[in-house]
Amino acid sequence: MATRGFTGRRPPPGERERLPPGQYLTADFPVLSAGPTPQIAPEKWTFTLKDGPRPVKTWDWAAFNALPRSKLTRDIHCVTKWSKFDTHWEGVLVDDILADAGLVAPTPFVLAHSFDGYSTNVPYSDLSEGKAMVATTFGGQPLHPEHGGPARLLVPHLYFWKSAKWVNGLQFTAVDTAGFWELRGYHIYGDPWREQRFTGD
Amino acid sequence: MTDAPRKLEWRTATISAIATLTPRIRSFMLSAPGGFSFRAGQHVDVRLTAPDGYTAQRSYSIASAPGPGDAIELMIEKMRDGEVSPFFHDVADVGDEIEVRGPIGGYFIWPEGQAQEATGPVVLVAGGSGLAPLISMVRHRALSGPRIPMALLFSVRTPEDVICADELATLQEARDGFELALAVTRGAAWRPGDFSRRIDADMAADVLARLPAAPVRAYVCGSNPFVEAAASALLASGLAADVIRTERYGG
Ligand SMILES: Cc1cc2nc3c(=O)[nH]c(=O)nc-3n(C[C@H](O)[C@H](O)[C@H](O)COP(=O)(O)OP(=O)(O)OC[C@H]3O[C@@H](n4cnc5c(N)ncnc54)[C@H](O)[C@@H]3O)c2cc1C
Repeated sequence: MATRGFTGRRPPPGERERLPPGQYLTADFPVLSAGPTPQIAPEKWTFTLKDGPRPVKTWDWAAFNALPRSKLTRDIHCVTKWSKFDTHWEGVLVDDILADAGLVAPTPFVLAHSFDGYSTNVPYSDLSEGKAMVATTFGGQPLHPEHGGPARLLVPHLYFWKSAKWVNGLQFTAVDTAGFWELRGYHIYGDPWREQRFTGD
Repeated sequence: MTDAPRKLEWRTATISAIATLTPRIRSFMLSAPGGFSFRAGQHVDVRLTAPDGYTAQRSYSIASAPGPGDAIELMIEKMRDGEVSPFFHDVADVGDEIEVRGPIGGYFIWPEGQAQEATGPVVLVAGGSGLAPLISMVRHRALSGPRIPMALLFSVRTPEDVICADELATLQEARDGFELALAVTRGAAWRPGDFSRRIDADMAADVLARLPAAPVRAYVCGSNPFVEAAASALLASGLAADVIRTERYGG
């Protein structure tokens, strides 16, 4: 159905192919979060890898930053419709976190947890082989609290709510377990290219 | 949402009325057969389609109260150089068809299911067009009767930016537990008890003190810088982080 009188502001060629359906390009970095921005001091920061209820390993800020560091430059896509191209991140690949803990993925399902009680589920196959990291810098600067600092999960190929801000742990679960937004109507997987915004999309 | 998983279908709605609320914000009534079943605080997605199939989607909060009618009200602020909001302001007309889907959002809603959160005092903090989901809550409270204490702190640039000024003032004059405070950031305070500065911790504390007890929930909505400032002010005035819910429009 064409909307009377709507022509739209089209992205130029080169941009258009990089925009998933329903998304528009922004130069800003808008913020999506459900509550106030938590201020987490590095001394208070920890990150825990769990196999079900069992903690496998916990890192403090210094130990975590001593893990092998990697860089990713990726386009990101928020379910609220904005996309941002070529964002630069640095942090620790999920692969390197598991390696340091000596853990081989025990199940195919992961729930990411955050300091503010938020959680989101991501299949392990979307976190492994260099696809995802726990990022501590954005654009060469320490990650700002509004954007999830000190550290956030980065799973750039899924809608950005999957890239949990203020992340404090990854937990392998026996079954795929809906997280915070997934329980509230958002899609269980969240592929922007298939426009999986809401349950049933 | 606790409903069983179901697909959110796009529906065709018709613009049934347009009203100018402030120099930058207009109200659009969207009607669809069967209406919309939603809760105060939720939003819809709208989709505009060009003749060649190009589409643009944006989210807009529902400003009307839940109820039996066929229409929902959106309050759309015209963003300079925007794609969708200028279309609504400059092109859209009564009778036009617009695709919508929703309601969306299962967190920024009031009242909630649990007893205490559903009946305890609540504070609403709006910046500009961020009033939309909050006035839905105000209207829902007024229509559904219970005298749940509710305070609305509404921040605007100038007095002419106050959306629904008469409606809100009338609700306050009913003195049934609804308190309105305006923060005018570029102009004189509007009425006694209003403020003429940006939101800060003292202002938040002043407004919270107008409630009979500490709020069980705070809802903050507006542009991101506004939401950051308002949420910080609420935290500094002693509210716990997990009481505060935010909806951020961009910026
Ligand atoms: C859940 C949700 C509910 C929303 N509800 C409303 C509503 O009730 N009324 C309303 O007017 N808007 C609302 N918005 C914002 C709306 O979706 C659009 O972002 C806005 O209309 C601008 O779209 P545009 O196409 O005109 O501008 P664009 O072409 O998208 O460009 C506008 C730019 O301004 C930014 N921006 C958007 N809104 C604001 C703002 N308020 N202050 C500062 N910068 C902003 C955007 O991030 C973008 O970068 C809501 C957004 C969300 C996520």
